[in-house]
Amino acid sequence: MNKITLLFQTKKNNILSIFFTAGYPTTDSTATILKSLEENGVDMVEIGIPYSDPLADGTTIQQSSSSAIKNGMTLDLLFTQLDELKGNIKIPLILMGYYNPVMQYGIEKFCNKAASVGISGVILPDLPIIEYTSKYQKYFEGSNLSIIYLITPQTPDERIRLIDSVSNGFIYAVSSSSTTGKSNDFDDSQIEYLKKINSLGLKNPIIVGFGIHNKTTLNTAWQYANGAIVGSAYINQLTKHNDIEVATHKLLMQLKEQI
Amino acid sequence: MNFQPDENGYYGNFGGAYIPEMLYHNVTELKNNYLNIIESEDFKKEFESLLHDYAGRPTPLFYAKNLSKEVGAKVYLKREDLCHTGAHKVNNVIGQILLAKRLGKQRIIAETGAGQHGVATATICALMGLECTVFMGSKDIQRQQPNVLRMKMLGAKVVPATSGSQTLKDATNEAIRYWINNPNDTHYVIGSTIGPHPYPDMVARFQSVISFEIKKQLKQKENRETPDYIIACVGGGSNAAGAFYHYIDEPNVKLIGVEAAGKGISSGKTAATIAIGTEGVIHGCKSLLMQTKDGQVLEAHSISAGLDYPGIGPLHAHLHQKGLAKYIPITDDEAIEAAHRLSKLEGIIPALESAHAIAILSMMKFKESDIIIVNLSGRGDKDMEVYSEKFNNKEN
Ligand SMILES: Cc1ncc(COP(=O)(O)O)c(C=O)c1O
Repeated sequence: MNKITLLFQTKKNNILSIFFTAGYPTTDSTATILKSLEENGVDMVEIGIPYSDPLADGTTIQQSSSSAIKNGMTLDLLFTQLDELKGNIKIPLILMGYYNPVMQYGIEKFCNKAASVGISGVILPDLPIIEYTSKYQKYFEGSNLSIIYLITPQTPDERIRLIDSVSNGFIYAVSSSSTTGKSNDFDDSQIEYLKKINSLGLKNPIIVGFGIHNKTTLNTAWQYANGAIVGSAYINQLTKHNDIEVATHKLLMQLKEQI
Repeated sequence: MNFQPDENGYYGNFGGAYIPEMLYHNVTELKNNYLNIIESEDFKKEFESLLHDYAGRPTPLFYAKNLSKEVGAKVYLKREDLCHTGAHKVNNVIGQILLAKRLGKQRIIAETGAGQHGVATATICALMGLECTVFMGSKDIQRQQPNVLRMKMLGAKVVPATSGSQTLKDATNEAIRYWINNPNDTHYVIGSTIGPHPYPDMVARFQSVISFEIKKQLKQKENRETPDYIIACVGGGSNAAGAFYHYIDEPNVKLIGVEAAGKGISSGKTAATIAIGTEGVIHGCKSLLMQTKDGQVLEAHSISAGLDYPGIGPLHAHLHQKGLAKYIPITDDEAIEAAHRLSKLEGIIPALESAHAIAILSMMKFKESDIIIVNLSGRGDKDMEVYSEKFNNKEN
């Protein structure tokens, strides 16, 4: 069974998922980061494929992305690293990136390769749903890969239902209309939005991401959804601390600390 | 005949809307409304009257006698440089801002390379009383200072884009990010035939007034509507799209787009997307772009900030693929040379962008009977620093 599906069968709440950019802080950080996250009880990981023009990202992920490219990180190298790690990481791994690098790699080849190195799901926010269903769904399904789409506070209910019908694994609820890395606490309208999603009776679990950076935001996400994704906050810790294990600990402290 | 993409914004293989969900609402709002609005009588009336009374249209179609003699064919210049604000960019800006007002938007954002689109946007925002923010690469802020000052005088906020190559591509990224963060009351005026559907089509329609006028003017001057050649420079492709628009289905009109070769197409310092680009997605549309084999967008180089872009509009990628238009690269040096030549021969100092189109005239063989139209997309005031540098070198 797909590891993401399995995770949500065994754990319904308080899921913590962490995003990092492959190739940051160094090209060979991938294995250390994944082990560190798993050992510290993280439930799931999004591995970001670095891209030169990450237009939905704030400065933190932009900078990690451009450093990673400078470091020489490529999709090929990432697959090699994951292949070497295979079997050692038990938690579900998701690849998240912009469409162009994946398009250049070739979607069919990408799906085969991703599945063969132990990836369970893929998030490509700028791959249009109609293109996915008409051309690529067969490759994702053939490789037992979940596809995960985003929704935002502006996504109409009807479209949320469409996204629910196409996605499998979970739905990625973007916490606010923003790029990644915002550090405000959630306001009432965001909470209303999360409540509304709950009321729709969707088939997929909901994971909230964008702007989760402390105990308050994490707990809000956990209260109104099945889990949360933390990205920029982890990358900031990786930038601050040379030691990956230290960065992971600091992040978890930051997320548990009472404000 | 017009030239339009299909309902999803595809010109053949190119176009579409490759956008994250955060942009879906705004882009869909535009897509669902743009045709109804721009085809409505009251919009047309207001658009045409502003083009006429404010922008100064129709722009002249000028028979360049001295240049014609040198080229050995009949050369006409479509004088977009005489538009208010000094380039064709204002045509599109007027259209989009009238549209934005009808959509109830109060704030306007834009990206700019050469600063011409930024100045045009700042100008129309001043006229309409809208708040205006223009994103511009730090490198372009330095090399197009006069336009930065104009935007500020017009009341716009100019925000430097400091990421990546610090040019047009990065200014576009920053504008998109701002739009994601301010999704309710803001319209993003894209300055060229790039971006997700409906932008390429919408911008092409607003710029199509160029070829609409050429047809009428040529009929008057030469008693025919079709020239043998239309030549236009291509950054994202808006002035070329406008100049080609009503001629795309005319097999007898040869359409020539001129790309910036920078220091040469094999130099690694180029913006000649058609020459060295491959299929991919850039700024929300599928087109040709300069990229590594891993799909990372390459930094472009051109001495002309308005052509310094690693992609090209999907319409042009399609015209190129179908052989309906030809795209030729011109180097920095060739463009500067052509600008000096046009200045001396006709008393017209062209924008560096437009100088690329002029340079083609000495690269190609023409018949004496050929009628050639060069779309002179903008004037050269903003480029005097670059021009005078070369000029001084020559004199000393
Ligand atoms: C005078 C002039 N011509 C041409 C261009 C290139 O844009 P496009 O290809 O959209 O016409 C610019 C862009 O800044 C410009 O200022």
